Amino acid sequence: MNRIRRNWIGLATLVNKEVVRIFRIWSQTLVPPAITMSLYFVIFGNVIGSRVGKMSGFSYMAYIAPGLIMMSIIQNSYSNVVSSFFGAKFARHVEEILVSPLPLSLLLLGYMAGGMVRGLLTGALVTLVALFFTHLEPAEPLVIVSVAILTSAIFSLAGFTNAIFAKKFDDISIVPTFVLTPLTYLSGVFYPIALLPPFWRDLSQIDPIVYMVSAFRTGILGIRTMPLMTAYGFMIIFLLFLFGMNWWLLKRGIGIRN
Amino acid sequence: MTPSITKNALAALEITGLRKTYKNGRTALQGIDLSVLPGEFFALLGPNGAGKTTTIGILTSLVNRTAGSIRIFGIDHEKKTADARALMGVVPQEINFNLFEKVEDIILNQAGYYGISRTEAQPRCQMLLESLDLVPYQNQMARILSGGFKRRLMIARALIHNPRLLILDEPTAGVDVEMRHETWQFLRELNASGTTIILTTHYLEEAELLCNRLAIIHHGEIVAQGSKKSLLEMMTHQTYLLDLAAPLATLPDLGLPRVRLIDPEQLEVAIAQNEDLNLIFRVLERHGIRVQSLRNKSNRLEELFLHLTGRTP
Repeated sequence: MNRIRRNWIGLATLVNKEVVRIFRIWSQTLVPPAITMSLYFVIFGNVIGSRVGKMSGFSYMAYIAPGLIMMSIIQNSYSNVVSSFFGAKFARHVEEILVSPLPLSLLLLGYMAGGMVRGLLTGALVTLVALFFTHLEPAEPLVIVSVAILTSAIFSLAGFTNAIFAKKFDDISIVPTFVLTPLTYLSGVFYPIALLPPFWRDLSQIDPIVYMVSAFRTGILGIRTMPLMTAYGFMIIFLLFLFGMNWWLLKRGIGIRN
Repeated sequence: MTPSITKNALAALEITGLRKTYKNGRTALQGIDLSVLPGEFFALLGPNGAGKTTTIGILTSLVNRTAGSIRIFGIDHEKKTADARALMGVVPQEINFNLFEKVEDIILNQAGYYGISRTEAQPRCQMLLESLDLVPYQNQMARILSGGFKRRLMIARALIHNPRLLILDEPTAGVDVEMRHETWQFLRELNASGTTIILTTHYLEEAELLCNRLAIIHHGEIVAQGSKKSLLEMMTHQTYLLDLAAPLATLPDLGLPRVRLIDPEQLEVAIAQNEDLNLIFRVLERHGIRVQSLRNKSNRLEELFLHLTGRTP
């Protein structure tokens, strides 16, 4: 059998399985982010935002919209892969793939694609929710699409790393709670980084989410807080690093083989 | 071409010097050599912890080997992993499919991982569902299946890509008698159609009934390997149970070694390879002891197994 065709069908099967899973449990995968983000818009945007006034020339509601969309992409890409791959490890049905000829790089790509689908779908849902509360006019559509795709890919891969090392269900919630959420809140979702005291502002420079939120905000609102190339550079480095590391971990059998 | 390469090219499975030492320092395999020819129904037997599942785990890429080489129909398992895996189907010991997927999807997805599209796999999937009586459940979630049907689903899944080598790790564990016999029949037919099968099982009568060659593994080493007939010839004794026609309070001195009264109605007799039962019957007749029926104390393979693993009671 032609190897390229075999691998292509294998990858398409895995991606299809992941997408079917997202829709099969839609009440857990798609609805909660839409509800959570609606609450953010009501509480932060509407109630608090009316007292904050304009931010960088935009209403507070419009200012936080890109950050909230990005937050939902990050959280959902991550949680999709970490729960799906850890679940497959836990119930051992990942063995279906491990015994097959599908290369490990495509296994990784398949799970990453599943995470991206969920991240981008919830991102689109949250965008729709945002449009109920504020007016958004895309400043740079290509930037919006490319940053959303890169971010969902990066956090899908990060979720995969978490799933590789996780040994119990507690382990898949530790990173989102103690790492992902603080990093997201410190990334300028709700405020411009420039407003932070110097120490926190400097610390934010090593928060990778800062670059994603900033670039995404540039795409939607046209506000430039850093050169786009810097943001793309960081995102591509993160993407390549995480893909390479996960592939190496799989190749060594860490977390999947005895 | 060297003779060893020729041999490798002929074998369905050729394992050489396979070793496995786990991180905790436990050595599960101490350098085993194993050869299975195409078309064979081969049993790999051994007590718990002997190294059977580790061997299967390495074959199926679920356990990393420490040393050694494996060839599947002449293909190097390490250098051409994907090609070697494409020739194998695996039925593991534990249920390992997604219980929340439909029966048919589990089989068709597996086909996909082997590079067979859903459309291409559909006819064979239907054939397997029919052969294994899974048609009524094909659109149901796998979690509703009974234990026996779950095992059948794993067999169907392992066969969807028409593998040349099928590896079965305890395929009938926990399955009722009727379903076990049906599964045996299915496997016999599969083997007769040319699929090489490697079986590990705790049911030694299953191995004796189905397999024509076997290996016994103990403490990570192959202690015996060969045809069923040649291995059974290694047994020094066979033990029989004789049901007596009338109860016996004590056993008179028969002048025979290895005869003992188990209870008032049953005698145990061990016969050496060069002895025959007629002598025993003549002596018993002389003492007025009548035998109503006779049977093997245990399965012959079981006796051999116990003998080779040093567990003879």
